[in-house]
Amino acid sequence: MNPKSPPMTGVGALPAMVPASRGKRSLQARRSRSAWLLVAPTLILLAGVAGWPLVRTVFYSFTDALLDAPHEYLFVGLANYLEFADGEAYGVLADPVWWRSVRNTLWFTFVSVSMELVLGMALALLMNQKFRGQGLVRTAILVPWAIPTIVTAKMFSWMFHDQYGTINDLLLRVGLIDAPLAWIAEPGLSMWAVVLADVWKTVPFMALMLLAALQMVPSDLYEAARVDGASAWQRFRRITLPLIMPAMIVALIFRTMDALRVFDLIYVLTSNSEATISISGYARNQMVAYQEMGVGSAASVLVFLMVAGVAAVFLRIGRFSEPREKQS
Amino acid sequence: MKWKNLALAAVIATGGLTGAHAATVKMECGSGATVREFCDYIKARFETETQHKVEFIDLPAASDEKLSMLQQIFATRANNVIDVFAMDVIWPGVIDRHLLDLTDAMKDLEPAFFPSAWQNNVVNGRIKGVPSFIDAGMMYYRTDLLKKYDETPPRTWGELARIAARIQNAEREAGNRTLHGLVFQGKAYEGLTCVVTELVASHGGGNFVDPKGTITINNPRAAEALDTAAKWIGTIAPRGVLGYQEEEARAVFQNGDAVFMRNWPYAWLLSQDDTSPVKGKVGTMPVPRGGEEGQHAAALGGWQWAVNVNTTVPDAAIALVRLLAEAKSQKHNFLVMGVPPARMDVYEDPEVKAKGPYLENLRAVFEAAVPRPSTATRSQYPRVSNAIWNATYDVLSGRTDGTRAVADLENRLGRIKGREWR
Repeated sequence: MNPKSPPMTGVGALPAMVPASRGKRSLQARRSRSAWLLVAPTLILLAGVAGWPLVRTVFYSFTDALLDAPHEYLFVGLANYLEFADGEAYGVLADPVWWRSVRNTLWFTFVSVSMELVLGMALALLMNQKFRGQGLVRTAILVPWAIPTIVTAKMFSWMFHDQYGTINDLLLRVGLIDAPLAWIAEPGLSMWAVVLADVWKTVPFMALMLLAALQMVPSDLYEAARVDGASAWQRFRRITLPLIMPAMIVALIFRTMDALRVFDLIYVLTSNSEATISISGYARNQMVAYQEMGVGSAASVLVFLMVAGVAAVFLRIGRFSEPREKQS
Repeated sequence: MKWKNLALAAVIATGGLTGAHAATVKMECGSGATVREFCDYIKARFETETQHKVEFIDLPAASDEKLSMLQQIFATRANNVIDVFAMDVIWPGVIDRHLLDLTDAMKDLEPAFFPSAWQNNVVNGRIKGVPSFIDAGMMYYRTDLLKKYDETPPRTWGELARIAARIQNAEREAGNRTLHGLVFQGKAYEGLTCVVTELVASHGGGNFVDPKGTITINNPRAAEALDTAAKWIGTIAPRGVLGYQEEEARAVFQNGDAVFMRNWPYAWLLSQDDTSPVKGKVGTMPVPRGGEEGQHAAALGGWQWAVNVNTTVPDAAIALVRLLAEAKSQKHNFLVMGVPPARMDVYEDPEVKAKGPYLENLRAVFEAAVPRPSTATRSQYPRVSNAIWNATYDVLSGRTDGTRAVADLENRLGRIKGREWR
């Protein structure tokens, strides 16, 4: 990756190849046709692996299909989402467990992504300094990110074991607690256990994204600020933060969308009760445990809408912050 | 193992191709070492006594996860993923239409088995499975500790709580800091439904849903049963039991860190293993009664051999199930796994009697066994059980109390039931 090579060679080379007699319009048309041809494989692939399943899920959400016999179904309209019968509300949106899972998921997303942002930023600032063994630290920090989530979950479930786990042992030795805590069993604690495992696993991602952004910040800006007598906090607040904002928003979008879909960590690590269920876990229960493909699909569609909605909000924020930077 | 899983996944993904090896029976085999030993014994006999072959398939260990996995296999109508598998006692009503009708092939075997176990597999008059072993909840206790404190095995839950607290506190003062009074399965899963079925029935609180399908859970005795159990958490039982399944509970008990344990019969032989710290110090007894007027109640469990209706090798599969149903096979299964055979004649075997002195008591337990409400609630049972274990979990973890929980549960079961159980 040589930063000095022209960024878009193809566009730069085009005018030379096109005879001058051709009109601008046909050039445009040909360019757009070849562009379509080039992206067609990707679009077809996306339609196959993302579009089609999505369409099927939306389709099934209007039926009463069962998972062990998906070919026999009747259309039930919106009944899987919300239906009133005999003065009682039925469907996913009338299910208190669904709303509990929404609260759990939002809480988990907010807490874990905030912690990841703060810790990731601290690590990135640290790694941006020059010190001996810098390369080693930057590589080593990637290890948790490389471990599959399911392995992380199992590993933490042993570390959090109430009788024989290392975390209780450590806390007991230090004297912070005087009796072992049931990390995995108690709903109040097990959500924190999940957050800790998630933070441990994904801080490296956050840190590296932010580190990459930090390295793009020109050092002469800091020198100028120092000459003007700006404090370290002012330099961070007025120079670093605005300049890494776009990269930070991208990292936040990735992490938030991931966190909203959390399933495996909670499923393996916690007691599996409704006290800690996430929206993906709810959809899985309906679909797999109860075999209700229709209700499960409806829940999946709601999960999709929620994740898409949050992503749209973030993109909006990203767009608002961009013009301001261009002006400054 | 890895290859097998990959192959299984690939077959599920492609929706199943037609059978490649006509005379190879794909049989489910669990993941524990002792289970593998039994499978190898069956494989060796089957392959010498018939011209067929056996191939083993791994399925998840937890009953509810295994059911989900099987149902996904059934949905693809795959015919070469699995032929013969072990079915939980609560499944015949749920997966009935995916099971091969074994009536003609097996009906001559009926007199050899415990009637309750055999009848459980008869759906609409057709035999859909052959019992492998019976399970029933029971209590384990430390004979050495009870003797040391001059106590006799308790007959009621109240007595048990008193003895557990006394021994736990005295031992902890003597320096045995990690000892707990009682461990059981408190994680939010099917095992908790078994535990609470016993608790509620032992207090005379009924069986959640009666055989006619009426929801009966909202009664003061059931509420009292739940409140009683909630008092154990954090006093005689570690708070961690809310995350324990069978094996986590056994780990604590077998390590010598618990006075009482509620578990299934399989834990006996393991506790008598040469490497077990509590070898020779373990006694068994029925699940206590709720009070003087309560009853002993053991949740009925057990596994049955069944055949996938889509199998391409029905004759070989039936031959394998008949081999699995033999007294010799069931005896071998008991000797390696310690699970009570479903055939009555195995109990007369001198070798079995010598290895499992507790089996004699178990025959009485089987008669007092209470089934989970799986028959009455039909294919809705997975939802019903989920509602039951979540309500129980909420009481045990202190989020609600017994009276409110049983009222909420009645409401929730009513919503699942709708007009009638389907």
